[in-house]
Amino acid sequence: MKIIEVTNLHKIYNSSEVKVHAVRGIDLSFEQGEFTAVVGPSGSGKTTFLNMMGGLDNPTEGKIFIDGINIGELKSSKLTDFRMKNIGFVFQAYNLIPVLTAKENVEFIMHLQGRSKNERNERAISLLEQVGLGDRINSRPNKLSGGQQQRVAVARALASKPKFILADEPTANLDSDSTANLLDIMENLNREENITFIFSTHDARVVKKARRVVTIEDGKVVSDLTK
Amino acid sequence: MILTVAWRNIWRNKRRTLITVASIFFALFFGLLIRSLQIGTFGKIANDAVSSYVGHIQIHQKGYWEEKIINNVFERNNEIETKILQHESVKSIVPRIESFALASAGVRTKGCMIMGIDPDRENNMSSIASKITEGQYLKQDDIGAIIGDKLASFLDLKIGDTLVMIGQGYHAVSAAGLYPIRGIVHFPSPELNGRAVYLTLPMAQDFYSLDNQLTSMSILLNDNDDIAEVKKYIGEITGDKEYEIMDWRELLVELQQLIESKQVSSNFMVGLLYMIVGFGVFGTIVMMTAERWREFGLLAAVGMKKIRLILTVFIETIFLGFLGLLAGFAVSLPIMIYFYKNPIILVGEMAATYEEMGFEGVMVASVDLPFMINQIIVVAVLVLIAVCYPVFKLIKLKPAQAMKA
Ligand SMILES: Nc1ncnc2c1ncn2[C@@H]1O[C@H](COP(=O)(O)OP(=O)(O)O)[C@@H](O)[C@H]1O
Ligand SMILES: [Mg+2]
Repeated sequence: MKIIEVTNLHKIYNSSEVKVHAVRGIDLSFEQGEFTAVVGPSGSGKTTFLNMMGGLDNPTEGKIFIDGINIGELKSSKLTDFRMKNIGFVFQAYNLIPVLTAKENVEFIMHLQGRSKNERNERAISLLEQVGLGDRINSRPNKLSGGQQQRVAVARALASKPKFILADEPTANLDSDSTANLLDIMENLNREENITFIFSTHDARVVKKARRVVTIEDGKVVSDLTK
Repeated sequence: MILTVAWRNIWRNKRRTLITVASIFFALFFGLLIRSLQIGTFGKIANDAVSSYVGHIQIHQKGYWEEKIINNVFERNNEIETKILQHESVKSIVPRIESFALASAGVRTKGCMIMGIDPDRENNMSSIASKITEGQYLKQDDIGAIIGDKLASFLDLKIGDTLVMIGQGYHAVSAAGLYPIRGIVHFPSPELNGRAVYLTLPMAQDFYSLDNQLTSMSILLNDNDDIAEVKKYIGEITGDKEYEIMDWRELLVELQQLIESKQVSSNFMVGLLYMIVGFGVFGTIVMMTAERWREFGLLAAVGMKKIRLILTVFIETIFLGFLGLLAGFAVSLPIMIYFYKNPIILVGEMAATYEEMGFEGVMVASVDLPFMINQIIVVAVLVLIAVCYPVFKLIKLKPAQAMKA
């Protein structure tokens, strides 16, 4: 089942003095249950592309359909709601609210969704156990390692039961052990619970794990391989 | 949960919290104290003037206040006086003749102010007897005079010496009289010291060739709040007479103006204080916004609506504001109450300045609620203005850009 469809996507940054054409006409679609890497050198447009797909940034041109909904037509607050209900995010860094514990960070999004305290509590604990942090549920982010923080971020992204998870270079700041660990967790979630992951990276070891690899250069898709 | 986040954020950066709360605290603390002393002191000055001399209400012949000449006198009327005194709010009535004359002794002459008084009633109001430094206060049927100490030394007069007064009486009759000095009095006001000559009413009437006439009747009430009622009452019982009935606010217009001009400078000080504090609070809020910009971006990205984001920041800042206001009020209140009960006696130059203006050199705090509420509102509004910064920034927040920052 197709969950994301992107057509003729362009992004031109106008903010600085020079115009930057970061994404130059991408047409792609993603299926439920994919485990896909978006790869490309630094500056190739990965973040820009993922941000637009996640409804965090507006395309200059082109359309994005998520579950058949054209997210470009959603107003700002509707779009925020849409993100909360449908998309899980894992960012490269600063994923967590510093003043909340691991469990509270995972609970927070469920709180925004209006889930009951009990449900929040149980789900947060079970998700943290799933990412191997059952013993750190009450730690604040600054007491967790980079790898642990990213695992909390994955648990947080899952908490809202999204249609897919967008992860922009989730391992960029991690050592190789933590990288392998995080990818194992993501892979397991994908295989066992059919969670859709779309993650960007420029790390060859991460690329190896992906079942589909979309390569971007200069804002264009140069290859799209499924193993 | 929003409250949890807000609460923990307050403790996250203790120094910033402290700076914010302390700024608000000091703003309110000093603002309240300055205002309290100002209102209390000026209030006391007006109050002293009213209770010791002016009275709450005065009755004159119509036109007297505009043109204070001896021709603008009115016939004393016992019936009216009795009726006024019957009103339960009226404490006393003090009849007077106030006018000008020349005082001389030996080769020296000086313009002076004759005060024709009822010695007992006048003393009940202004306690002149206690200000006598030499000799004695006037008896009810005295034919002598008491004079200010500066006038006495200028004219080189001692107790028992004779004061010569010359002037113009009712309808331009020439006035002259000789009065033995009974006492020398010292007032806080140099003006009075240099010019005041007190005679009994009959002696003053005699000097100005008046019958039973007065320039004014000063009426003292039990309660300031009854002025309007008593004024109306007097108006009714004196209906057909050509009187002007004025309350102290009308009589003390010049004092009021002086006080207002004094207030301008302290308003400026308080304004400056608030500006500094306003910028301080604004600065810490700008810092807070910048430090947490990425976090705001994250929260918006994962689905927190801007309105809730704004609410969180709002709650935090308002809480800090509330804390500062509460502390400022809680600390300054006992101080204000202390200086309300124990006025500060001024010394040196400050005291001299006050006394030259004819005021007692005393500062006292006010504990009136309205001005306190006013100050609290002003500081609270400053905090609210400062909160506008993150609110407007957050309205324009773009999650993707915020997280890149
Ligand atoms: N906010 C922005 N304003 C201007 N240019 C930008 C902005 N964000 C990214 N860019 C530019 O767009 C291009 C793509 O950036 P990005 O999507 O971050 O690439 P990647 O994630 O692959 O490193 C780069 O040249 C980058 O400098
Ligand atoms: Mg990137």
